Amino acid sequence: MRLTDSRPKPRRMPALARVLAALSLTGALSACNTVVLKPAGDVAQQQGDLVVMSTVLMLIIIVPVMALTLFFAWKYRASNKNAEYKPDWDHSTQLELVIWAAPLLIVICLGALTWVSTHLLDPYRTIGRIDGKTPVRHDAKPLEVDVVALDWKWLFIYPEQGIATVNELVVPAGRPLDFKITASSVMNSFYVPAMAGQIYAMPGMQTRLNAVMNKTGDDFVGFSANYSGAGFSGMRFKTRSVTEAQFAQWADGVKAGAKNAGTLDDATYLQLEKPSENVPATYYAKVAPNLYGKILDMCVEPGKMCMSEMMAIDARGGLGKEGIRNVSMLAYDKHGREAAAEANANPDAAARRELAWVRALCDQKPGQAPDNIVKAPANQRSLTGAGLSAPQSIAFDKALEKPAHSLLISRN
Amino acid sequence: METVVHNHWSPLLGRLWWDAIPQEPIVWATFAVVALGGIALLAALTYFKVWGYLWKEWFTSVDHKKIGIMYMVLGLVMFVRGFADALMMRLQQAWAFNGSEGYLNAHHFDQVFTAHGVIMIFFAAMPFVTGFMNYVVPLQIGARDVSFPFLNNFSFWMTASGAVLVMLSLFIGEFGQTGWLAYPPLSNIAYSPWVGVDYWIWALQIAGVGTLLSGVNLICTIVKMRAPGMDMMKMPIFTWTALCTNILIVAAFPVLTAVLCMLTADRYLGFDFFTNDFGGNAMMYVNLIWIWGHPEVYILILPIFGVFSEVTATFCGKRLFGYSSMVYASLVITILSYLVWLHHFFTMGSGASVNSFFGITTMVISIPTGAKLFNWLFTMYHGRIRFELPMMWTVAFMLTFTIGGMTGVLLAVPPADFVLHNSLFLIAHFHNVIIGGVVFGTFAGINFWWPKAFGFKLHTGLGKISFWSWVVGFYLAFMPLYVLGLMGVTRRMRVFDDPSLQIWFIVAGIGAALIAVGIAAFLAQVGYSIWKRDELACGGDPWDARSLEWSTTSPPPAYNFAFTPVVHEIDAWDDMKRCGVPRPTGGFQPIHMPKNTEAGIILGGIATVFGFAMIWHIWWLAGLTFAGMIGYAIFHTFNYNRDYFIPADEVTATEAAAIGQFAPAGA
Repeated sequence: MRLTDSRPKPRRMPALARVLAALSLTGALSACNTVVLKPAGDVAQQQGDLVVMSTVLMLIIIVPVMALTLFFAWKYRASNKNAEYKPDWDHSTQLELVIWAAPLLIVICLGALTWVSTHLLDPYRTIGRIDGKTPVRHDAKPLEVDVVALDWKWLFIYPEQGIATVNELVVPAGRPLDFKITASSVMNSFYVPAMAGQIYAMPGMQTRLNAVMNKTGDDFVGFSANYSGAGFSGMRFKTRSVTEAQFAQWADGVKAGAKNAGTLDDATYLQLEKPSENVPATYYAKVAPNLYGKILDMCVEPGKMCMSEMMAIDARGGLGKEGIRNVSMLAYDKHGREAAAEANANPDAAARRELAWVRALCDQKPGQAPDNIVKAPANQRSLTGAGLSAPQSIAFDKALEKPAHSLLISRN
Repeated sequence: METVVHNHWSPLLGRLWWDAIPQEPIVWATFAVVALGGIALLAALTYFKVWGYLWKEWFTSVDHKKIGIMYMVLGLVMFVRGFADALMMRLQQAWAFNGSEGYLNAHHFDQVFTAHGVIMIFFAAMPFVTGFMNYVVPLQIGARDVSFPFLNNFSFWMTASGAVLVMLSLFIGEFGQTGWLAYPPLSNIAYSPWVGVDYWIWALQIAGVGTLLSGVNLICTIVKMRAPGMDMMKMPIFTWTALCTNILIVAAFPVLTAVLCMLTADRYLGFDFFTNDFGGNAMMYVNLIWIWGHPEVYILILPIFGVFSEVTATFCGKRLFGYSSMVYASLVITILSYLVWLHHFFTMGSGASVNSFFGITTMVISIPTGAKLFNWLFTMYHGRIRFELPMMWTVAFMLTFTIGGMTGVLLAVPPADFVLHNSLFLIAHFHNVIIGGVVFGTFAGINFWWPKAFGFKLHTGLGKISFWSWVVGFYLAFMPLYVLGLMGVTRRMRVFDDPSLQIWFIVAGIGAALIAVGIAAFLAQVGYSIWKRDELACGGDPWDARSLEWSTTSPPPAYNFAFTPVVHEIDAWDDMKRCGVPRPTGGFQPIHMPKNTEAGIILGGIATVFGFAMIWHIWWLAGLTFAGMIGYAIFHTFNYNRDYFIPADEVTATEAAAIGQFAPAGA
């Protein structure tokens, strides 16, 4: 095989071009704010580094291929009668070995890198280090933020502080962050490029993101990275990373502050949930307990049946044909939600009776949350729903206080 | 925000009412242009009395060559429409800064990017690929037509029917505002209540029937109708890739059909496959659509790899390097393409092991793809490369596709995907492979096979203008998107608030404008070449090519080959030329051929009306047209007048007239 040419000039050209290309690329990229490669959080930093590492690994094979393409195209042009012409040369075992083995080797390296990094940077994995030098302290408690993607804004609930914000995320730098993420209606993707990679926000399901901020700053941006309808472009939120002291001060400020919008209870949430665009940052001094749980369980509306309740019925074998009577109380998407709200606003006898029906069934073993394990039914009759009768007297208020269950975690 | 509610319904017209007329001046202007152009075209066709000719020679034709050309025309028309959408997006995104809303409202912009994706994949790229396979495969294997000529015509008209529905949505009602894959819950009835998603569903469902049947037809053709002596390992590479593609089509498209049926059931019958209600799961849709969607990517690119293989071997004047490794690479890609779909949604919360698995399978696909690239590279090595237009497109492809492949593998690393998913980096990546691969390959193929199809070459000068505008335009349009992706800019944004991004969008817009020049130059190239066709006329084998389609005349006669060729080598025609196999001049027999039928276009027409009726909930019309389709299809089975013989005299005359196309060997 004679791949090299005795004349030095054409061989040096690709090498020179390579260096120039690398320099110009670096130059172009450093001129603008490539937040993906230069973020402010340790997770995003590792992900950005991985982008660079993988690219360099692949360039080992890409650059020679592109250089050879140009070189062969030039060398074996028809007008160059000096180049050797072998019209019947179509096989070389050594070359075949190289062209299959070289990419294979790169993929083996990249595959190993992928396996390790995917596990280390799994968004569900709790943060083990603040940065390359600082491990997380044993007693460090992550800050939980419950994130809800609404049409078309973001709700952040801070359960520890008992406050909530819309379209502004404030986090303490240097403290592990534990995001629980869901959505109210359609799919979105929660993404703060400076902090960590994105994860989808999906209704009725919960995704998780563990991250940490290493730098403080007031002008980080977050947004939805999955198109979600007309107001999608405005679905952006300011992200501020502050010191622990400033964070505590800010949280106290929201609790006591004059500019806050009061309490975020179920009714306020249902107003907030309605589609709106380019919503300015809003602060709530108080959040109704377990609001996030009910959002995830898709039953903030009064009179609406929770998914976990439906799962409890299913776990008991379903209701058979009788279950049809639950339909309007189960329905969630737009029309169904209107129906549920309407039924509750004008509770005639039939609607009341149906509400009582499902609640009673779910409350038969109070305090026992259904889990995802499939259990064999104790009583074969319950498989068909036969023998279950509609109870008549259940207090509505008591039923409403039943905690929703957060077991609907999106995890393939 | 104002929401327009469309809740009119009447038994006669369904949801169709005055509010179906779009409230957009841009659409009115487009409609005016299309209407005037359409009237002018119809008037011209009537004036020059070509209706009968079009009907008899083209619309009802079962000739695979004419159907192939009709696919290419359909693809080209829809490509221009899809490109107009692209220009509108580029303009909006370069404009909507510093508080400006741009010139498109959300309702319009969201339709534009949805339509762009749908049209480019289903109604531009797919017809191009199917058109090539239809035209070239029977010629390459020495057959006189495909296995089921009527089915072929029917498949084309079903595809065209889908395209008509998409075009109709521009002027009556709306198109989907969901992105090209219409993820629920957004695409479900609760969040997309009007006709947009229904247009999407029925256009794809009807076109999908055509694609699937054409897949069955071509598999059967390749398996059963090869010339004597052409065993599987002597098939031309393009035919091999066509076989792999059609296997992918037949295996993957039913998944699309099924998932569309489920979404239809959700939207029309109150089912809950993908709603938030009653245990419906939108993620199941995402899985299913990508189980079809990823093979679809290879459905598009594999035949194009075949085109490049043919072009490289021909213009390097050399046997293709590593034929068998090329074949095995195609087969490996065919199989692996089913094992990577989850890489489209690493960010939906799959576990690390699942993500790693799909990431690594995705990387593994780059090995056979890389092997193909090396094979073209070593075909050039020790070749004698003639830089005609098809070869120029091929070299541009090799350089461009390599970059796109690299960014693709990068996106296959899940943690890297977490920061780049749905960003403009992703947009740049898949345009890099689709334009750098499918589009460049389409132009290579058109320039390569045009002389075969029409008997004259395409003009080189205009072709070079088109080439350079496209290549430079592509890099200008998409390299900025890579940078924007690294700056954390996501896709499908209508307005921006960071002014530092604007310059990149302006550069991308200039690139798109340059691509527009490339498209215009291509159209000019075609027009000018047709005008100067006598000067550009060529014989049966203008490129000194290697496979059987070049052994017949340009354009080939209706029967393709007077005698079925006998194959001894991979490059059968090259082998025949070297051995100096003489052209037969006598002893011709009458040739048995399939007869034209109007059944395909009639069924396609009824299907269009059926789709329209379903979209607008005009139930009586839907029922009537559905019964009409079934009834007409049954009626057609009683048509026994399906074949005829080309008399031996006519064959003798045709062959005698064509003998001049093949100068003595060596000239």
